[in-house]
Amino acid sequence: MTSGLPARPTDPARFTGSTQPSGAAPATRTMVLWCPDWPITAALREHALPADAALVLVDRGEVFACSPAARQDGVKRGLRIREAQARSTGLVSLPYDPSLDERTFEPVIVAVEAILPGVQALRPGLCAIRIKGPSRYYGSERNAADVVFQALAAIGLTDVRIGIADGPFAAEQAARATDELDDDVEQLVIIPPGGSAWFLASYPLEVLGQPRLTVLLKRLGIRSLGDFAALKASDVRNRFGIEGAIAHRQASGVDHRRVVARTPPPHLDTLADFEPPLARIDQLAFAFRTRAGEFVDTLREAGLVCTALHVTLHTESGETSERRWQHPRWFDADDVVDRVRWQLQGTNATDHGLTSGITRVHVVPAIVEDLGDHADGLWGTGPDEGIHHGLARVQSMLGHGAVLTAVIAGGRLLADRRVYIPWGDAPAGRQPSAKVPARDRHQPWPGRLPGPAPATVYAAPVPAAVVDSRGNPVDVDSRGLLSADPAFFSAGPDDGRRPVHSWAGPWPINERWWDPKGRVLNRFQLVDRSGSAWLLLLEDHAWWVEAGYD
Amino acid sequence: MTPPAAGRSLEGDEPSPDSGDAHHPGSTARRGASAAEITLDLQARINGMQASRLDSRRLPTVPALARILPGGGLQSGGSYAVRNSTFLAMAMLAGPSATGAWCSVVGMPDFSVEAAQAFGINLERLILVPDPGAQWLPVTAALVDVVSIVLTRSPDHLTPTEEARLKARLRQRGAALITLGAWKPSDSTIGVAESAWEGLGSGTGHLRARSMKITATQPSGRLRHAYVQLTDLHGAPAGTASQGAVLPQGSQDDGRPDASGPAAGTLFEPRLLKSS
Repeated sequence: MTSGLPARPTDPARFTGSTQPSGAAPATRTMVLWCPDWPITAALREHALPADAALVLVDRGEVFACSPAARQDGVKRGLRIREAQARSTGLVSLPYDPSLDERTFEPVIVAVEAILPGVQALRPGLCAIRIKGPSRYYGSERNAADVVFQALAAIGLTDVRIGIADGPFAAEQAARATDELDDDVEQLVIIPPGGSAWFLASYPLEVLGQPRLTVLLKRLGIRSLGDFAALKASDVRNRFGIEGAIAHRQASGVDHRRVVARTPPPHLDTLADFEPPLARIDQLAFAFRTRAGEFVDTLREAGLVCTALHVTLHTESGETSERRWQHPRWFDADDVVDRVRWQLQGTNATDHGLTSGITRVHVVPAIVEDLGDHADGLWGTGPDEGIHHGLARVQSMLGHGAVLTAVIAGGRLLADRRVYIPWGDAPAGRQPSAKVPARDRHQPWPGRLPGPAPATVYAAPVPAAVVDSRGNPVDVDSRGLLSADPAFFSAGPDDGRRPVHSWAGPWPINERWWDPKGRVLNRFQLVDRSGSAWLLLLEDHAWWVEAGYD
Repeated sequence: MTPPAAGRSLEGDEPSPDSGDAHHPGSTARRGASAAEITLDLQARINGMQASRLDSRRLPTVPALARILPGGGLQSGGSYAVRNSTFLAMAMLAGPSATGAWCSVVGMPDFSVEAAQAFGINLERLILVPDPGAQWLPVTAALVDVVSIVLTRSPDHLTPTEEARLKARLRQRGAALITLGAWKPSDSTIGVAESAWEGLGSGTGHLRARSMKITATQPSGRLRHAYVQLTDLHGAPAGTASQGAVLPQGSQDDGRPDASGPAAGTLFEPRLLKSS
């Protein structure tokens, strides 16, 4: 960002061509399109906020970007979030999401591509276009820029700056220079051909983006790009190497970089509209099957496979249901249909009618990978492929959540330490990220069970009874003292009376005492005369079987 | 690894291992039997022949179990019933799982994965289907296709035809089925006959170790037993295959079917309490 439009030398002829490196290719005439504060614009559009909202994007506790309204209140980049909130009371803060920038810039590029061919996206908010062809077609460079302004205004984007110069570097500086113009002037700066060196001459060295070179040049008494460009190209190359030579070309207005137009990506997503809306899951699965096949075929033609996808369902009543599905290998057509079906069914597998009809199904590939990385080997790819097919079959019988793998989490109660992950949600062998809770089993967890882990941990607690030698129920008082030694117990409602052979307890567990949902428990280990051991819980004067060592 | 011929012919009586001796292979054409029974009988003989062809394939087994299991270890294609102990069932999964086999647990929502991991079962290769509902048979059959061992509650209400088909599938795929609770068509029934826990007093200590007398029925109808500690049943940590350790003991036991009890009895005195 320039600190101010610098005063320019009066004689442009001095700079044109006189110091150009010999044998350099002529720079490509380039238009650079710049949307200032793109992260803010993207966030405002994504979250449907008014354009004058005071918005900051927060990255690691600090302000990453702020909207003009917030800037007026004194918020600036690098401020801590508390400080920013204190300065601007109506502040909306959102986490900064780089992928959102990319995603929302895509429609802009598509809109420009519709009228001008050959767009290169430099980074979100900034793209370069070769202007030679369009300027001939539209009559002049100014006309071409006007067409772009109109096209972007049609998609609701008005704050756009355009700079046209020789080479992307000069054009970008020209686009940024529009900041210095008055608001009622068009947001366009055109540097005439050959004038780029003159335009850049008074810029400070910092715009080159090479801090080490900048420091060195400043020590040598070179303060601006014009001074730098006045040096001989061969001397610069000998003294500063390849990086210096590149910087010298940029400063001389003969940017070596060409505009490499991107190939517009193929549309890999699939969209199915249903008119009239479908009210039954099986109808939908049947109707969507062809589309799912086309979806997978399109990917395959592009040499890709999809390993994660987003399914969005729109219903007649205006609700949408969105979910991301992962696949341990990659999706084929049946898998895609299954995911759509499971998303409608929820977790239970019963085939019920829907509350309102489905009007639209949108499937977007979230992660695509090269087909070559996933192709079957010459001798097959080992057992995992077979495993996956078998388990997918079971999942299609019982539902997505019925086939599980387990991880062990932290916790005091045994049932808490067991966390199930539906097959396919977190690929086996990789670090499961989303579903695993923050409870870490390697934390100390005072009160957890010592000794060997029991083999049976009841998913639902089983009521039990423990009595002393006179038949009175055993209890623990508020001081943690046992009323009497246990003499008989029954593990379960249908269990007979078992004499106690040996026992231990009570081991108090006081979970989250500050939380009304916290539990106060006492744990006992009991072994009966036949040598089988049980783990019992006493909570609120009631006995439960937590686990059995069978 | 070729078991003696006697062992093979005995295994031929699989459909009714409990009454194996009464059932001579030649009795298929018994007079008075209905056509259906004859078919079943013939089927059983075919199955038996298939079984004998496969008995050289053995899944890696925890040494303590390999000593008492018929054939010196878990047979691929075999089915085993574990009478009263989930620990024993886990020990049977531990051997194959330590060598990278996939295991599956069907219809057991109370299965403790923490204990399973302590036994050396690789949780990444353990598939849990806690609630197959009414589709127990299709689910189990689908899993038998892809995993090496399926552990499940013993199925009730299976028709003899379904049982035979399931067993045929097991043999075809080389998987082993372990049922918790008695299941008539299983090749062998394993159970804990006596058990004693150590470490617990009256109000003091905590459970530390368990000594068990485990028994396994043989095809002959006899019982082979061994005294083991709970830690003996833990599988080898992944990487060190227990295959090498298993085979010599298996071959030694095949020669003298009931000799392992006294040999292993030095582990602890048989001062155990009778199991109810």
